[in-house]
Amino acid sequence: MIPARFDYHRPGDIAAALAILGEHGDEARVIAGGHSLIPMMKLRMADLGHLVDLQDIAELRGIVVEGGTVRLGAMVTQAELIASAELARAAPLVREAALQIADPQVRYCGTVGGNVANGDPGNDMPGLMQCLGATFHLAGPGGERSVAARDYYEAAYMTAREDDEILTAISFAVPAGGYAYEKQKRKIGDYATAACAALVTMEGGRCTAASIAMTNLSDVPVWSEAAGAALVGTNCDAEAVSAAVEAAKADIDPTEDNRGPVDFKRHVAGVMIRRAIERAVSRA
Amino acid sequence: MKDLPESAERAEKLKGLGSSRKRVEDARFTQGKGNYVDDITLPGMLFGDFVRSPHAHARVTAIHTEEAMKVPGVLAVITAKDLEPLGLHWMPTLAGDKQMVLADGKVLFQGQEVAFVVATDRYAAADGIEAVEVEYEDLPVVVDPFKALEPDAPVLREDLEGKTEGAHGPRKHHNHIFTWEQGDREATEQVIAEADVVAEEMIYYHRTHPCPLEPCGCVASMDKVNGKLTIWGTFQAPHAIRTVVSLISGIEEHNIRIVSPDIGGGFGNKVGAYPGYICSAVASIVTGKPVKWVEDRMDNLMTTAFARDYWMKGRIAATKEGKITGLWCHVTADHGGFDACADPTKFPAGFFNICTGSYDIPTAYLSVDGVYTNKAPGGVAYRCSFRVTEAAYFIERMIEILAIELGMDAAELRRINFIKAEQFPYQSALGWEYDSGDYHTAWDKALEAVDYAGLRREQAERVEAFKRGETRKLLGIGLTHFTEIVGAGPVKNCDILGLGMFDSCEIRIHPTGSAIARLGTISQGQGHATTFAQILASEIGLPADSITVEEGDTDTAPYGLGTYGSRSTPVAGAATAMAGRKIRAKAQMIAAYLLEVHDDDLEWDVDRFAVKGDPERFKTMKEIAFAAYNQAIPGIEPGLEAVSYYDPPNMTYPFGAYVCVMEIDVDTGQTEIRQFYALDDCGTRINPMIIEGQVHGGLTEALAIAMGQEIAYDEMGNVKTGTLMDFFVPTAWETPHYTTDHTVTPSPHHPIGAKGVGESPNVGGVPAFSNAVHDAFRAFGLRQSHMPHDHWRVWKIANGLGLHG
Ligand SMILES: Cc1cc2nc3c(=O)[nH]c(=O)nc-3n(C[C@H](O)[C@H](O)[C@H](O)COP(=O)(O)OP(=O)(O)OC[C@H]3O[C@@H](n4cnc5c(N)ncnc54)[C@H](O)[C@@H]3O)c2cc1C
Repeated sequence: MIPARFDYHRPGDIAAALAILGEHGDEARVIAGGHSLIPMMKLRMADLGHLVDLQDIAELRGIVVEGGTVRLGAMVTQAELIASAELARAAPLVREAALQIADPQVRYCGTVGGNVANGDPGNDMPGLMQCLGATFHLAGPGGERSVAARDYYEAAYMTAREDDEILTAISFAVPAGGYAYEKQKRKIGDYATAACAALVTMEGGRCTAASIAMTNLSDVPVWSEAAGAALVGTNCDAEAVSAAVEAAKADIDPTEDNRGPVDFKRHVAGVMIRRAIERAVSRA
Repeated sequence: MKDLPESAERAEKLKGLGSSRKRVEDARFTQGKGNYVDDITLPGMLFGDFVRSPHAHARVTAIHTEEAMKVPGVLAVITAKDLEPLGLHWMPTLAGDKQMVLADGKVLFQGQEVAFVVATDRYAAADGIEAVEVEYEDLPVVVDPFKALEPDAPVLREDLEGKTEGAHGPRKHHNHIFTWEQGDREATEQVIAEADVVAEEMIYYHRTHPCPLEPCGCVASMDKVNGKLTIWGTFQAPHAIRTVVSLISGIEEHNIRIVSPDIGGGFGNKVGAYPGYICSAVASIVTGKPVKWVEDRMDNLMTTAFARDYWMKGRIAATKEGKITGLWCHVTADHGGFDACADPTKFPAGFFNICTGSYDIPTAYLSVDGVYTNKAPGGVAYRCSFRVTEAAYFIERMIEILAIELGMDAAELRRINFIKAEQFPYQSALGWEYDSGDYHTAWDKALEAVDYAGLRREQAERVEAFKRGETRKLLGIGLTHFTEIVGAGPVKNCDILGLGMFDSCEIRIHPTGSAIARLGTISQGQGHATTFAQILASEIGLPADSITVEEGDTDTAPYGLGTYGSRSTPVAGAATAMAGRKIRAKAQMIAAYLLEVHDDDLEWDVDRFAVKGDPERFKTMKEIAFAAYNQAIPGIEPGLEAVSYYDPPNMTYPFGAYVCVMEIDVDTGQTEIRQFYALDDCGTRINPMIIEGQVHGGLTEALAIAMGQEIAYDEMGNVKTGTLMDFFVPTAWETPHYTTDHTVTPSPHHPIGAKGVGESPNVGGVPAFSNAVHDAFRAFGLRQSHMPHDHWRVWKIANGLGLHG
């Protein structure tokens, strides 16, 4: 469990970090909390000549809620997401989800940027960000650009981000309505067997907007447009919820692992989706 | 305390038997001041680590070490070819088999040691390992012990080809290790043929692993000047290791010193000998420098001693009224690539023949077939005495299944079959003499404590509500009454590699009335330094706080067989009491001289000898100690010391009654322990607080095993659960609250009546958790579903019973 040798860089701003990435190309990788990357290096599944530590870059930090928008710096840790009273008020869904990630030790180190950046299908935040309709902000040699979370993930560990780009921040509109994050895991510190994020807005007993996204049920996070559509316009009664669950299940493609075979995962996914929607509706 | 008589007050101060004295070890452990193997650093120390096989079964056709030798810091790459001239490329196992130290032409399990890289530090060693290139030729893999016994199964142990006789009798197939039979086959089969009711089932106790917090490791240091080899290591039996090292290396035993420093949990995992120990010692002898080897977590889980992996086919016969008449059992035991089981020599399936459990079963038969497969070797008692957990799980499942067959309540079925208090000492049909027990009292106390009748009512209502669609949760009530067999053991039938399983204690009283006691055992967290001092305090009348207990250094501690199988208190604890009594006997003579009376005119009173009928005339132990060293006493040698080697006349038989109440979500397979009640009877209770701690720890390991922990292999022999992401070790989050309780039925043959408790909660806990899962689904027709009961397997039960609509 000892990584191969590497050089360690600790730039003070984004430009310097990008310069190091530019210089070393494929050989270099940024490191945030290290809780995904370091295990891979210790298993020698990732062999990198240069690690570019982002922790001294102040521009990557901070939680800002302003003008109806939430902006999370990439280096905000999961523990900070949980601790922020402002964020809890503006987007309690984020806190609810963050509390279900791993364990406190991991959450002190793991960052929101590291969680969403590299397309690990087990991570909870990509699905969460798709549910929130978030935007990822990237900085690269050619300048800055933005990609919608719902367009970012291509396949497991394949994303719209170029190797020489750094994810700098995540932003999303302060969500309205009821929310819930439901996750089944085998134990503390485990990734999801199945998880679902739901946001539901009700007006006068009718659903006016709904967003449903799922974690670890495909090689990418799954935002189910059809599931949301199945709720909009209904009063979210049992029939509507069942239709949404079926629609969401039609969009997933789980694979067998130690958590269980596909039929089990599909079943549990259905339960998680239903519970998330019902709880979100009850809070809407 | 004012109301206590004066002598009782003095007894309190000693903190002897029965005192919940705080653990003396904890000051250093809780402050990070423990001294574990990996804390040991010697000048010039090198570091060794293994190239391990990625394949479960393959021929090793070439090992290229040239590139590795170019890695800065790498000093040597040792292969089987280098060990062969020393005769050390294979080593004997505790089970009378032999095991490759480094791959000799082939590998038999994933993670097997192929080459040992020695470097100036562990980082260089890791880089060196990467640079060693091994050529493998895949061979067909067998991970299923039943398939391993098919006629055309691949030959795993080519070294044994043609050998029809193994260490435990005839081998009937090239992958067969032994057959072990106990009891009366003919009579049992007849009872079963004639029985009113017979329940038959295959019970699988899956492969798991003790996974101690600290993995295995050692530092070997050969001093070429004085010719002495010292090995600090994670050894649960340091003296046995010394003897074995001497026998296989030819180094005389006085020139070997084995030290077990603080050990971060053992649970059986640190009983055996591992290739790392041999390779480190060889590397140190060759280089003349100390060499350290410490496993990482994956090494530990994938290659060191596993536990269980028993396929237990059972038949239990009874009358219509539920009186059990016979028990038949056949076990297919998966031992992996080498038979490295840690069992007393005459017991290749350990004490599995305790499988008649707490019940008066007149006729029984057991046979066990050991089988080689392409899995890691081992087969240790993971927090249990030699296969007792397997036995307890087997009988406690069979009882439940018989209850289903009879349409009876499982608590009542147990009650009518318990061995009665007046039947002790009880001869079991499979050859044991149970020392003492009072099962009915314990059982009734347990059922009353949990309001068993009320729980059953609630359960019945729940089933109805479930059927009406009002709830998706079922309620399981898991019952267990287990009987352990611990304290191996009488030398007449218990030895390991010919070493008798006695144990020892040596006591020196210092002139000012404090003492040091050294034992042949070694604590791995059990708190020996606390409890053994308490035994002595009560025996010799010096405060426990004035007694140092030391273990683990073979140069200073008396010879003993170490700590596992809950044997420390039954055997070394007995030796401690006996040595204490020798001290007291000499002290009595000294006191008689000082008080100018005859020995027989004195009586022992807590911490002193007083003249009979004249309690004001006395000498305290402290005064006697001083006199022993400093006063010339005619006919008595100076000093106050004693040694006792204790060969127990019998095992001890702790028992207990556990009840687990579990909520089960049939849609997700998630389970929640609502209540867990554990009544333990371990005879005389030395330190109730330590007992409670042991019970909590053992139950938590039982929870892990029953509910998720396993070493799983795929068809190719790849370990699927080689990290703590997939290998379940509960944290505070998963651990329920436990209610502990006790009865006290002392052992009649143990000097202080104590029986050992460390393992009981694991032995009894696993069936309690598992029975709760099964019980929840009993109303829907479930008989047997194999552990571990993780979410998907529980879900699968519900799915299979049609509960998902
Ligand atoms: C035991 C354990 C359990 C876990 N359980 C969960 C869980 O249940 N749910 C969950 O969501 N997560 C879980 N995680 C993952 C944890 O949340 C990680 O910390 C997180 O996913 C990655 O964040 P990090 O800051 O540690 O990233 P790193 O490990 O530092 O980086 C991860 C990857 O992202 C890249 N990266 C990081 N930051 C940036 C950036 N700003 N721009 C571009 N690329 C970047 C890195 O180059 C690397 O490839 C678990 C981790 C562990 C160790």
